[in-house]
Amino acid sequence: MNAAESLTPPAETLPIEAHRPPAWLLDRCSQAAAEFAQRGYPDPRHEEWKYTKLRTLKNQSFVTASHAPMLDAADLERCTWPDLPSHRLVFVDGIYQPALSEPGDLPAGVQITSLAQAIAAGAVGLETVLGTLVDAQYSSFAAWNLAQLFDGALIQLAPDTCLQQPVHLLFIHSAQPTPQIYHPHSVIQAGQGSKAHILEHHIGLPGAQGFCNSATEIHLSANATLEHTLLQEHSEASYHIGNLFIRAQRDSRLISHNINLGGRLTRHDLNVDLCEPGAEAVLNGLFVVGGTQHTDTHTRIHHRAPHTRSDETYHGIADDQGRGVFKGRVLVARDAQKIEAHQHNANLLLSDKAEIDTKPELEIYADDVRCSHGATIGQLDPQSMYYLQSRGIDREKARDMLIFAFADEVIQRLPLAPLAKHIEHALQTRLPEGVSV
Amino acid sequence: MLTIDHLHARVEAQEILKGINLEVKAGEVHAIMGPNGSGKSTLCQVLGGREGYTVTGGSVQFKGQDLLEMAPEVRAREGLLLGFQYPVEIPGVKNIYLLKAAYNALRVHRGEPEADTFEFLALVREKLKLMQMDEQFLHRAVNVGFSGGEKKRNEILQMLILEPALAVLDETDSGLDIDALKVVSEGVNRLRSAQRAIILVTHYQRLLNHIEPDHVHVLYKGRIIRSGDKTLAHELERDGYQGIIEEAA
Repeated sequence: MNAAESLTPPAETLPIEAHRPPAWLLDRCSQAAAEFAQRGYPDPRHEEWKYTKLRTLKNQSFVTASHAPMLDAADLERCTWPDLPSHRLVFVDGIYQPALSEPGDLPAGVQITSLAQAIAAGAVGLETVLGTLVDAQYSSFAAWNLAQLFDGALIQLAPDTCLQQPVHLLFIHSAQPTPQIYHPHSVIQAGQGSKAHILEHHIGLPGAQGFCNSATEIHLSANATLEHTLLQEHSEASYHIGNLFIRAQRDSRLISHNINLGGRLTRHDLNVDLCEPGAEAVLNGLFVVGGTQHTDTHTRIHHRAPHTRSDETYHGIADDQGRGVFKGRVLVARDAQKIEAHQHNANLLLSDKAEIDTKPELEIYADDVRCSHGATIGQLDPQSMYYLQSRGIDREKARDMLIFAFADEVIQRLPLAPLAKHIEHALQTRLPEGVSV
Repeated sequence: MLTIDHLHARVEAQEILKGINLEVKAGEVHAIMGPNGSGKSTLCQVLGGREGYTVTGGSVQFKGQDLLEMAPEVRAREGLLLGFQYPVEIPGVKNIYLLKAAYNALRVHRGEPEADTFEFLALVREKLKLMQMDEQFLHRAVNVGFSGGEKKRNEILQMLILEPALAVLDETDSGLDIDALKVVSEGVNRLRSAQRAIILVTHYQRLLNHIEPDHVHVLYKGRIIRSGDKTLAHELERDGYQGIIEEAA
């Protein structure tokens, strides 16, 4: 199937039908398919796509992965860390791999499974959480994802359950002769007072090529605390568009880390709805682009209720001809008094041909709020460079130290030390002089 | 060790140094004093090799080599270390990492292997104690959130670890309370040795009560207008700069 064909009205059968879905689900997928067929790719003149052009993506042909190739232990080793025990689900080219997965021992009331398996097994209670946050009006790609729903992760935390180890959702993109497309869809349902850290990890094996169009729906019930880390390490020939939808109820807390290192063209939309008083979202992000990489993050935080808080810190680094885009939108509803919203976006531009576009956007309809935002684009601080040189450190090393430090401010916010170390290491290998910590 | 000969330098279009002559030998401590705007800091930055400070005439020989030809990092590795008047804050770079990178750069320059981590830590701990600094300093970002006194202590800590042949201390005493001044002065006094030289650039005579100089120079309008021994500092303390300036005019 090439891109043009994928835009034709939904085929007679949708992928979800393979799992004998309940009527409501088939309905939702069909509606999404109709929505996508009508909308197609976003209009390049659309404000939301001003800085990210999809021409090369549109002109590519992709095939849908029908079965996943066998991976060996070495492949898996590239993507996991022995010093970070986790509950692990592995997907290869979007398809669940039970043999590679190790959900491990789970506390009573916690479910971590393949969404396809859950649907096929007739799991109850999915109707309120699957496909309900996907805002098809907002994103063509989210609609496309839901239309093509086939597999992904389902994580359900019963009230007051707590996971000590992180959940590692490992989406591996394998190297195939023909570029592939897959649409992983994950649902995370955190019950009242529950707590967990979910690592959504997208990684391409050397030589992988294709397009991952992911969607993740996160439901936080009252007083739940969820840390969600999105780590994107696609290969240099891959495209990734990801839509995250988060709905946070009373006194719940989302801590999001969004780390984008790989891929040819990547775009993530984080949609956070703070629906009830006391809900809080902390969003940390880092992107590093070099070569001709392009990455784009749009965050949209909607303060719908009073006494909600958001705090956003994004750092971007662009070298060579790399291009980075950050748009941070904060909406404060008329009745959402006494909210606090802070946004900080800092960027390092390391070459004349690199480009950064940053755009804070605040829409505030309440009158008693505390909001701040700041965006900077700059080069390395010459004073810091001179200070390091004056201590005997050469220019190249000083440069690497300062770039690393800039990125590390965000990396250090990750509570999982082995994961932070992995990201630091990935960054170090891209810095010519290398830096150890 | 250091020979400055008819040094002229400008910052942007303005000529600041107008023919400085200075000879510093191993084992000596020189104090360079002068009113604000006399060119003290410019001299330090020219010695450090900062961009934007252009030498328009004269020469500087350091250990028999042309200092002005060297990149800032080479000057440091050759043993000329500059203590900053305003140490720079560098978020995200830990003190211990800066110290280690600097120490190893020095060792590699001398053809020695990089330092063993444990030995290096032991060395750092010993020097921390001398400067009455807590070990937590090592894990804080360089100068970020440090008080004025802590920044200056940190400069001297680096000196004690890197052991330069020539330490140039730019207004190391400014912004220090009397207790911090004592600690910093003690650190500087520990640097003194027959093989090493120190240039203290200061506005106040107070520092020289704690670090006794062998030579004192008065810098005014880009020239050294008078040199003498430590008694010159006392004379300045008593009479101020005005007398000497008028006398030189």
